[in-house]
Amino acid sequence: MPMNVLELIDVVKRYENHTAVDNVSFTVPQGTIYGLLGPNGAGKTSLIRIITTITRADHGTVLLNGEKINTSTPSKIGYMPEERGLYKKMKVGDQLMYLAQLKGLTKKKAKSEIDGWMEKFDIESWWDRRVEELSKGMQQKIQFISTIMHRPNLLILDEPFSGLDPINTNLIKDEIYQLNQEGTSIIFSTHRMEQVEEICEHIVLINKGKKVLDGNVRAIKLQNKENLYRIDYEGTLPNHIGDQFKLESSSDKELLIKVAPGEDSNQLLAALIRNNVHVTSFSEVLPTLNDIFIKQVGSSDE
Amino acid sequence: MNKLWLIIKREYLTRVTKKTFILATLGTPLALALFLAAEVWILTYESESNRIAVVDDAALVGTDKALKDSKTIKFFVRKESLEELKEKYAELDYSGVLYLPENLTQNDKRDVRVEYYSEDKLGIVSKEYIEKIISKRIENQRVARSGYDQKVLDGFETKVEMKQKTTIVGEEDEKSFSAEIATFIGFFIGYLMFFVVMIYGQMVMRSVMEEKTNRIVEVIISSVKPFQLMLGKIMGVGMVGLTQLGIWAILIPAIVMLSSFFLQGAIDPSAMEDLGGLGGDFDQESTQEYILKAMEELGTMNWWAIIPISLMFFLAGYFLYSSIFAALGSAVGDDVEEAQSLTIPVTLLLGIGFFLAFASIRNPNSSMAFWSSLIPFFSPIIMPARLAFNPPWWEIALSLVLLIITSLLFVWLSARIYRVGILMYGKKASVKEIGKWVFYKE
Repeated sequence: MPMNVLELIDVVKRYENHTAVDNVSFTVPQGTIYGLLGPNGAGKTSLIRIITTITRADHGTVLLNGEKINTSTPSKIGYMPEERGLYKKMKVGDQLMYLAQLKGLTKKKAKSEIDGWMEKFDIESWWDRRVEELSKGMQQKIQFISTIMHRPNLLILDEPFSGLDPINTNLIKDEIYQLNQEGTSIIFSTHRMEQVEEICEHIVLINKGKKVLDGNVRAIKLQNKENLYRIDYEGTLPNHIGDQFKLESSSDKELLIKVAPGEDSNQLLAALIRNNVHVTSFSEVLPTLNDIFIKQVGSSDE
Repeated sequence: MNKLWLIIKREYLTRVTKKTFILATLGTPLALALFLAAEVWILTYESESNRIAVVDDAALVGTDKALKDSKTIKFFVRKESLEELKEKYAELDYSGVLYLPENLTQNDKRDVRVEYYSEDKLGIVSKEYIEKIISKRIENQRVARSGYDQKVLDGFETKVEMKQKTTIVGEEDEKSFSAEIATFIGFFIGYLMFFVVMIYGQMVMRSVMEEKTNRIVEVIISSVKPFQLMLGKIMGVGMVGLTQLGIWAILIPAIVMLSSFFLQGAIDPSAMEDLGGLGGDFDQESTQEYILKAMEELGTMNWWAIIPISLMFFLAGYFLYSSIFAALGSAVGDDVEEAQSLTIPVTLLLGIGFFLAFASIRNPNSSMAFWSSLIPFFSPIIMPARLAFNPPWWEIALSLVLLIITSLLFVWLSARIYRVGILMYGKKASVKEIGKWVFYKE
C-alpha cells in the first residue's frame, strides 16, 4: 500500500475567464484526516471535482493509491458535496440501494451494508419512508450513509457539519473518527478554520486557486509562531515591567509577552522571577490557523 | 452499461409506480369505458320490456294486434276505461297506459296528441317508437279513407343521399372513402406524435431541473458520467411513454370493441328495422353502413408498416427533442419561468411540425409534404401522419435516415451542454454562453 492515498501534482483547471486551480500540488498521507482549507471561492470544490473525476484537470496529475485516476476511481471515493441532495420522493431504502449500486456494489452487498448502517444509526424503521418526510438532520444521516456505504478508502467531505445541530455534528464526527481508525483516509474541506484544528492532522491551505501552504498542523503552527508567551501570575506587578519586556497585552493576572529573536523562553522566565513576578503558569501561545491564514493572504476569511 | 441500466430502471420505475401515472394510464381508457358504458346504459335502460295497456277510444287499433310490438314494447289493447286502468295498471302488471282519445282521427289535423300515463317516464327510443307507430297507423288510415292505394304511394318514396366532393383549383381531387379514412388516421397519428413527444420531452426537462435543484446530481455524477445519466433518463422516460402508449393500444381498442359488442346487443336490431321501415328520420341504416365501411377500410390499411415505422419516427423524434429539453433543463436549474421562456422556441418548432403535418395530410402528394417531411424537426410528426397515404418507400427511408442522424447529433450536442449545465449554479446562462459550453473541455 502506498504511503499516500492521494497525490496531486501541478494540477491546473482553467475556466473561461479565471483559473480555478492554479498549479496545485499536495499529498494526503494514508490514514490521515486531511484538511482542505480556504475561503469560499478559493477553488476547493473545483479541486474536489477533479479528484472525484466529475471534471478533468487541464494539466497535471492526480494519483489515487499511487495510480492515475480513472473510471474505477469513483467506486473508491466517497464524496459528500456541500450542497446535499437526495431524491425527495424516493423511499430511503430504495434510494440507498440505487446509490450503492451506482457505486458498483452488488444488490446483495448493498442491502447488507445499508442494513448495517441503518442499524448503527438506529434508523431501520426508515426504509420505507420518503426522504421528504424526514427532517433535515435525518436526511443528513441518510446522506452520510450514502457516502460511506461502499467502504471507500478515501472519503471527501465538503463542509460536513453545515446545517447540523450539535448532537448530529457529534454523531457524524464520531463516525469520521471511527472510520479513520479503521483506516479510511479523509479529506475534510471547509472554510471554517477552527473545525480543522480540532479534527485534522494535516492541511493544505488554498486561496484564489493557489496553494498557500500545506503540511502537518502542529509543524505549520510552529513555523508560524511569533514567540509569544502567556504568563499567569499572582500578586502585583512591578511598575517598571513594561520597560523591560515587550508586552503584547496585560490584563488582570495575565501577561502576553513577545520574546525578541535570539532570546529564549528560559531567559524570559528567569527575568520575570528576578523581577519578583509570582508566576503561576507559563506557556507558549501558538497561532491559530485563522491567524496564519490572515497573515499569509492578508485578507480575512469571507 | 450496467450503470446505465440502473439509471434507466430507476427513471422508469419511479414514474411507472407513481399514482398519477397509474391513474392517467388506466384512467383514460377507464373514462372511455365509463363513457361508453353510460351510453350503453342509456340505450339499454328500458330494455326490460314495457307492457303498455292501450285504451283505444279512437278505435284506431281495434281488437287485433295492429300495433306492432318491438322487443322492448308490447301493446295490450284493453277494454277498461282510462280512469279504471289508471287506477289499477300496476296491479295488472303494465308499465303504463297509452290513451288514444276519441277525436284522434276525426279531422285531418297534422298535429295529433296521444297520452301516456305512468309513474315512470319512457325513454327517448320507446317514446319515439310509439309516436312513429301511432302516426304510421293514422297515416295508413287516412290513406285508406282517401281511396289511394298504399302500394302506389310507397312507390313514390325517394331517398336522396348527397355525396360531397372537394375540388381544389388546379387539381381535381375526388376524395375517395379510403382517403377520408387515411386522413383521419393521419390526423390521429400526427396528434399523438405531437403530444407524446411534447409531454415526455418536457418530463425529461423537469426531471433534469429537479435533480439540479435538489443537488443530487453532483452525488450521482461522482459515480457515473453525466452522459450516462442523461441518456439513462431519456431512455427511462421514453420507456414510460412507450408503456403508456402500449397499454392504451391494447386497452382502448379492447374497450371500444367490447362496448360496440354490448351496444349491438343492447340496441334491438328489429326495433331499428322497424323504425327504418316506418320511414323514421334518423338514418340508422346508413350510419351503420358507414361504420362498417370504415371498419373495413381500417382493416385494409397496412398497419404492419404504419405502426413500426411510426414507432421508429417517434423514438428518433423523441430522442431529438428530449435531448434538447434535457440540455435546456440543465442550463436553467430551478428557474421555472426561465425554463418556460426557453422551451417556447422548442415547442414552437414542434407546433410548426404539427401544422405542416395537417397541411400535408390535406395534400399528401404535394411538394410541400415532401420537403417538410425531410426536415428532421418536423418529420417525426409529418411522416407518420402521411404513412396512411402510402408515400414512396425511398421518401420514408430518406426522412428517417436524416432524422436519426440529426437526433444523434443533438444527443451529442445536448450532452456537451448538459455536463456543464448541471454543475453551474448562481448566474443565469445566456443562450450564447450555453452555446459556448459545447466547446468546453471536460
